Amino acid sequence: MCVRETSEYFSLSHDLKMSGIYTLIIKLTNNDRQGLPKVKSLISKYMRSPLTPEMATQEVQLNETLAHLKTESETLKSKLEEERAKLHDVELHQVAEKVEGLGQFVMKTRRTLKGHGNKVLCMDWCKDKRRIVSSSQDGKVIVWDAFTTNKEHAVTMPCTWVMACAYAPSGCAVACGGLDNKCSVYPLSLDKNENLAAKKKSVAMHTNYLSACSFTNSDMQILTSSGDGTCALWDVESGQLLQSFHGHAADVLCLDLAPSETGNTFVSGGCDKKANVWDMRSGQCIQSFETHESDINSVRYYPSGDAFASGSDDATCRLYDLRADREVAIYSKESIIFGVSSVDFSLSGRLLFGGYNDYTINVWDVLKGTRVSILFGHENRVSTLRVSPDGTAFCTGSWDHTLRIWA
Amino acid sequence: RKTGRVRDWGKQRKLEGIVVEMQDPQVGVKGSDQKLNVTTIPHVIAGQEIITWIANKMKTPLEEAHVFGTMLVAYGYIYPLQNHKKLVMSNDTSLYRFQTPYFWPAQKWVPEDSDYAIYLAKRNIRKKGMLEPYEQVHYNHLHEWLNHKWDFIVMQATEQYKAGKERKKADRVVFDCQERAYWIVNRPPRQTHSALDCGPERLIDPNKDEVTGQYNIFYQQAIMRSKVKSSVSLGALVKYITTYKNHDAFLAPCLPSNPWQTDNDSYWTLNMRRVDVPTKMRVERWSFSLFELLSDLRGRDDFKIFLKKEFSGENLAFWEAAEELKWGTASSMSTKAETIFKTFLAPGAPRWINIDGRTMGLTVKGLEHPHRYVLEAAQTHVFLLMKKDTFFRYLKSPVYKDIQKKARNPEPHNFSPNQLEQNSLNRGVGIHPIILWQQEEEEKAKAAAASAPVDVKAMMSKIDRKK
Repeated sequence: MCVRETSEYFSLSHDLKMSGIYTLIIKLTNNDRQGLPKVKSLISKYMRSPLTPEMATQEVQLNETLAHLKTESETLKSKLEEERAKLHDVELHQVAEKVEGLGQFVMKTRRTLKGHGNKVLCMDWCKDKRRIVSSSQDGKVIVWDAFTTNKEHAVTMPCTWVMACAYAPSGCAVACGGLDNKCSVYPLSLDKNENLAAKKKSVAMHTNYLSACSFTNSDMQILTSSGDGTCALWDVESGQLLQSFHGHAADVLCLDLAPSETGNTFVSGGCDKKANVWDMRSGQCIQSFETHESDINSVRYYPSGDAFASGSDDATCRLYDLRADREVAIYSKESIIFGVSSVDFSLSGRLLFGGYNDYTINVWDVLKGTRVSILFGHENRVSTLRVSPDGTAFCTGSWDHTLRIWA
Repeated sequence: RKTGRVRDWGKQRKLEGIVVEMQDPQVGVKGSDQKLNVTTIPHVIAGQEIITWIANKMKTPLEEAHVFGTMLVAYGYIYPLQNHKKLVMSNDTSLYRFQTPYFWPAQKWVPEDSDYAIYLAKRNIRKKGMLEPYEQVHYNHLHEWLNHKWDFIVMQATEQYKAGKERKKADRVVFDCQERAYWIVNRPPRQTHSALDCGPERLIDPNKDEVTGQYNIFYQQAIMRSKVKSSVSLGALVKYITTYKNHDAFLAPCLPSNPWQTDNDSYWTLNMRRVDVPTKMRVERWSFSLFELLSDLRGRDDFKIFLKKEFSGENLAFWEAAEELKWGTASSMSTKAETIFKTFLAPGAPRWINIDGRTMGLTVKGLEHPHRYVLEAAQTHVFLLMKKDTFFRYLKSPVYKDIQKKARNPEPHNFSPNQLEQNSLNRGVGIHPIILWQQEEEEKAKAAAASAPVDVKAMMSKIDRKK
C-alpha cells in the first residue's frame, strides 16, 4: 500500500518525524482496524478541509448526535454521584479509628521457584493449599508442589505469552491461554511420564488474546476475559458458550468470582478504566465503577463478597463497597508512581497485598489506608500475586522468571 | 515479537520532571568529569549520590529510593557507564550519566525496526564484526525481512556515519554512549530487563474518548438501584475483619505452626477434609455463618449429623442437588432436573421440601424447560430458611457443643534452629489432590447407595404407632 512508502520517506527527516502527518500515518499503518476509506476521511479531517461536500455534512451530523449523547451521559453521571453521596454518612478511616492498629510484620521469601525460562505471567493456587500452577511468556505451564519446590507437571503451549492460568477446584486439571485467543483445559495425571498435551481440551474461543480465566465452583465451567472486550462463561465438557458479557469499551484484563453463598456474580476490570460487576445468569452489568485513571490490571473480591479491590497502571489500589455502591478508599503514596499489576486480600480482609511494576510488593492496611510494609526481592516487575487458600502465605510471579512464596 | 508501547504518559511526565530537577545546577545531583580511555566524559554521577538525592527529595528510605533509581535506568532516563547491559542502579560508586532528552521515551516517536537496522548497519560500517552476538542475530533477521529497503538503510547508515565523523571526538564518544544506551532500553538483550518492554499490545487506546448510548441506560438503572448507608456497609466490613482476625495467619499465629515458616506441615494434616477430630479454630469458624459451615465439607458433615437427628435433612439435600445442577455440565441438566423434581418437589415426593406455594409453582413450571438457574428461587428460599432458623439451632445443639468439646487445640511448635534445618530437609509430600479426589468420589458413591430416600409417610406412621 502506498502509505508504507510514504512513512519511509518521512523517516529521512527528523523534523517531519515529529510532525503530525507522520504520526497520523503511523497510526494508520499500525492499527489494522482502519480500512482505506477511513484513511481518506481521517486525512481530510487532519487537513481541515473535507474531500467531498457530503462527507462534511455527514461528519457534522455524527458530531451532533455524539455531542448530544455525551451531554446526556454527563448529566446522568452527576445524578448518580448525587444519589450515591446522599447515603454517604461516614468515611472508612473514621470507622477505622476505633480499630486497633497493626503491629510490625516480618514477611520473608520462604521459597523461590526457579524453572521458567522466561517472564512469569500468571499463577493460581490449588485448593490443597500447597500446589500452584504458573504460566510464562515462552508458552510453558508448570504445576509445582510449592512446599517441596518440586515440579510435578510441565506443558508447552503452542503459543507464547500464556497470560492466564487457573487450577481446577478438584485439583485434577488446569486451564490456560493467552495469545492463542483460546482457553484450554489439561487434565492432570499421577503418571509423570504421561503426555498431558494429548488430553488437552479446547474450551473457550475469543477473537483476541485471553487475559484471565477462572473455574467456577466446579471443574465444569470456566469464566474468561479477553482483549476483545468481552467476558464469557463456558461449559468445559462441550466447549459451549453459556453466557457472554458485553459492556467494556476496551480490552478486559482481569476478573474475579464472588465468594458469596449465591455465587452468581463476578467483577471484571479493563483498559477502559472501568470495573464492572456482572450477573452470571442474565449477562447484565449490574454495577460499574469508573474512578481509576488508567488500565485496571487486577480486581479481587473482599473475602465477604461485599466489596472488591482493584489495582491499576495509575499506581493506586482502590476499594469499592458494593452495597453503598461507591469507592471507599484509595491506597497510594507520592513515592509510588509505577503501576500495580496484581492485588489480593489476606484471609480476614485486613491486609491488601499489591505487586508493582517497580519490582516491589506493598502491603496496605485496608481500614486505615496506610502502607504497613514494603517487600523487595524480585528483579523485574511483579506480574501476578495470589494469597493461598488458607491464608498462610502468598505467592508472587515476576518477569525475572521466578516465583516466590512469602509468609 | 511486537511489544507494547508505554501507556501512561502522565507518569512519564512525572518522571521527566524529576529527572530535570536532578540536573538542576542549584538543587540537583552534583556531577563530575570522568576519564574514560583517552577522552573525558562530562557530568558523570555515582549511583549512591543519585539514590541519596532521591531519598531526600521524595522523603523515603534508601531502599525505596534505590528502587526508584533502578526504574529511572530501566526507562532510559539515566544510563550506566560501566556494565551497560544491566539496567539497574547500584547503591555504590558505579557511574551513570543522564540521557539526552532526544533519546527519552517519546509518545510520538516509536523506535521502528528500520531505525534499529540503520543503527546496526552504521556500527557495522564503522568496524566490521563489532556487533555483539545478540545484535548480530537482530541484524541478520532485519536484513532478511527489511531486504526490500536495504539499500535505503545502508544509505542512511552511511550518511549518519559521515555526519558523525565530522563531530569532535569527545562529542562523538558521548553521543555513541547515549545512542547505545537508547537501543539497550528499546531492544534489550535477553537477560536485560527494560521498562519499555511492555508485553503484548493492548488494543484500545485509553486516551481516546469514546461515548456510547448504552451507558446512558445503565446510568439510569444505577440511579434507581437501592443502596445502603456507608455507616452500615463499612461497619459490616470492619465486623468481618474483627471476626476473622484470629484466623488470619498474617495477623495471628497459626497453630501448631505455619508450614511455610517452619517446614512442618502438621497444620495441613490436622485440617484435612476427613479428620475425626477437627481443631478448635476450625470448629469456631463454622459458627461464623452458614456459608462457612457449608463451605468446609467437614463442617457440612457435622451439620448433616444434626439434621439427621432432627429429621430435616431434605433442605440441605435439596440445596446440594441444586448446586450440582447449577455448576454441572450442560448435558447433565435435564436428567438432574428430573431427579430433583421426583425427589423433592413432586406432590408426595420422598424428600418433599416445604416451600411457599408461589415459589413451588414457579419452580415446577420452570422445570418443564430446565436451565441452569431454574432452581434459583427455591434454593434461595431453602438457604434462607436454614440460615435464619436451622443454623442457630445447630449452634445451640448437643451435636455442636459436643464437637466443640472434642476439638483439639494443638500446642504451638517451638523448633530449635537445628530442628528447623532438619525440617527443611524432610518436607512432607502430603497426598496428591487427584488421589484425594478419587477417595472423595468413592465416599460419595457409598453414601448415595447407603441412604435410600427417607420415606416420610412410613416414618410418620412409625411415630404414630409409638404413641
